[in-house]
This record gives sequence, structure tokens and C-alpha cells, in this order.
Amino acid sequence: MWLIGETVDSIRSIQVRQLINQAVSLGMIVTSALIIWKALMCITGSESPVVVVLSESMEPGFKRGDILFLHMSKDPIRAGEIVVFNIDGRDIPIVHRVIKVHERQDTGEVDVLTKGDNNDGDDRVLYAEGQLWLQRQHIMGRAIGFLPNVGWVTIIMTEKPIVKYILVGLLGLLVITSKD
Amino acid sequence: MHSWGYRLNAVATFSLTVLGVMCGMVSFSDNFNHPTPSADVRVLNINWFQRHPDGNDEVSMTMNITANLQSLFTWNTKQVFVFLAAEYETPMNSLNQVSLWDGIIPTKEHARFWIHTANKYRFIDQGSNLRGKDFNLTLHWHVMPKTGKMFADKIVMPGYHLLEDYR
Repeated sequence: MWLIGETVDSIRSIQVRQLINQAVSLGMIVTSALIIWKALMCITGSESPVVVVLSESMEPGFKRGDILFLHMSKDPIRAGEIVVFNIDGRDIPIVHRVIKVHERQDTGEVDVLTKGDNNDGDDRVLYAEGQLWLQRQHIMGRAIGFLPNVGWVTIIMTEKPIVKYILVGLLGLLVITSKD
Repeated sequence: MHSWGYRLNAVATFSLTVLGVMCGMVSFSDNFNHPTPSADVRVLNINWFQRHPDGNDEVSMTMNITANLQSLFTWNTKQVFVFLAAEYETPMNSLNQVSLWDGIIPTKEHARFWIHTANKYRFIDQGSNLRGKDFNLTLHWHVMPKTGKMFADKIVMPGYHLLEDYR
């Protein structure tokens, strides 16, 4: 009697330990996926040095899914620079090129007009009601470099959050079915 | 230590690092290129020169733009964005830059060009300061790479002059 009891006990303890082991591994996978996800959110957050190109208005130079490195310096804004700006009332920043600059003699303040390379008209249709020009405070940064296609991960995660869940689920499944 | 998860993680991290380093090196190779571009612009005709009811001057002109930007292209160049801006000073504004024309040069072959065009974008002043105004025509270009750092430069061509009176 006690032999059977002892055997059952030993089997159960091995299973329990294995289960705990697997649960912890799964937890690690889930948390690393979350860390990567949060880090990506940080990287593409609003006051950040990197943005993902979301529209086709700057093609063929910048395609959807490219990422742009931004830099903001005190240098004056000049025609031709690619700037990222926010319009009051819209939360998605826009990346377009400056085509007109009027800089005041006395204050150094500047009126700027932008246009997407691939658009036919300038951005006045995008500006706020009655706004004809952008000023320095609207501009978040200048694009100084870019990497092609790396931003697709973020676009997919944002537009189809189901992908995020599927990925995490798949990773979890991999852990459970592995032998250690 | 030998599960799929670990192996996949190691391969992914390594390949991403290698890709990142390669992109950096490719971008760095652009520094070895020393371009020698040239450009010339002729204003053929002032089509009209008016003052709007709100007080802003506007001028329309036809120009002949010749340029050779072939030396800007490297193996890492995706396209060159070129535009012509009129630059001038007024009592109110220390600098005015108005883009008159722009174009995209996709390949080295297209970088030597001659074009006859009216201004694509409206040359409108903030105010009515354009009569008899001296202005520069500056050809700017932005080199957009396949990956990495973007370069920009320009050629300033001074000596253009607007009519003394409206037409």
C-alpha cells in the first residue's frame, strides 16, 4: 500500500515541478513580448526621435512603413527641409517638405508652408481652420535619416492588434510543447 | 538551451544587428563621394505681375532651367529631389524663400536635364514689395538615400530682377 502511495507521490511531485517550470517560461515569453511592445511604443511615441511613415504623400522618397530619424535644432527652418509637424486638433504628425519660408526681420519668427512631394497641392487644406502658415512651435523635428520598411511592425501592431495576440499565443504554444 | 525559442531568438537578434551595422556602413560610404554639380537658369518672360486685392504681389514667369546633377548619385542614392526657389529680402522679412518649381530625379541618367517651364507654385509675396526687386534663384537638392543619412545642398544664382511696374 505504502509503495503505491509513495510512487504516486513521486510522480505527482515531478509533474508539479515541470508544470511550474513551464508556467514560468511562458510568463517570461509573455513579458518579453510585452517589453518589446512597450519599447516599440516608446520608440514611436509622440515626443520621440523616430516616426513611422503612415501615408503615401511623400512617395517615391518615403514609403509607408519606413522609419524616419528626427532631429530638432535651433537652426532656422529653410525651404526644402523635410519637417514633422502637428496640427492643432489632429494627433497624427505629418511629414512633409517646406516649400515656402517667410522670416521676420525683427523677431526671427517664421511663416512656413509645406507640401507632400506626391500631393498636387500644398498643405493649406490640412492646416486648422483659417490657418495659412505653420510657425516654429508646430514643428517637432527635421528628418535627417531613414531606414526602409522597419516600421511595418509598428503599423501592423497598431492597426491589427490581433496580430500581437496571435504572436504571443504562438510563442506561448512553442514553450508549452517544447521538451524542457 | 537548444529549444526552438532560444535558437530563433539568437538568430533574430544576430541578423538584426548585422543588418543595422550594414545599413550604417552603407550610409557612411556616401561620405566618399565629392559631387560637382552645375546649374543655370534663364528667366525667359515675365508673364504677368499683379497685386491682389488683399495687398500681396504675385508674379508668373517662364524659365529655362539647365542642370547637371549626375555627380550627386552614388550606389546608395534612391532619388534626388530638386527644387528652384526665389530668395529675396523685404523690409518686413529678412528672408523669403518661395519654391517655384520642383522635380524628382529617379536615376543618374535623368540628372542631366533641360526644362522649359512656367513656375509650378505661385510666387506670392507677403505684402507688395516685388516691384523692381532683385532676387536670387537658388537651385536646392536633397539626396534621398536607399538607407541612412540624407544630404542637401544648393547653388545660389544671384542677379535676377523684377519689373519696375505691374503688368
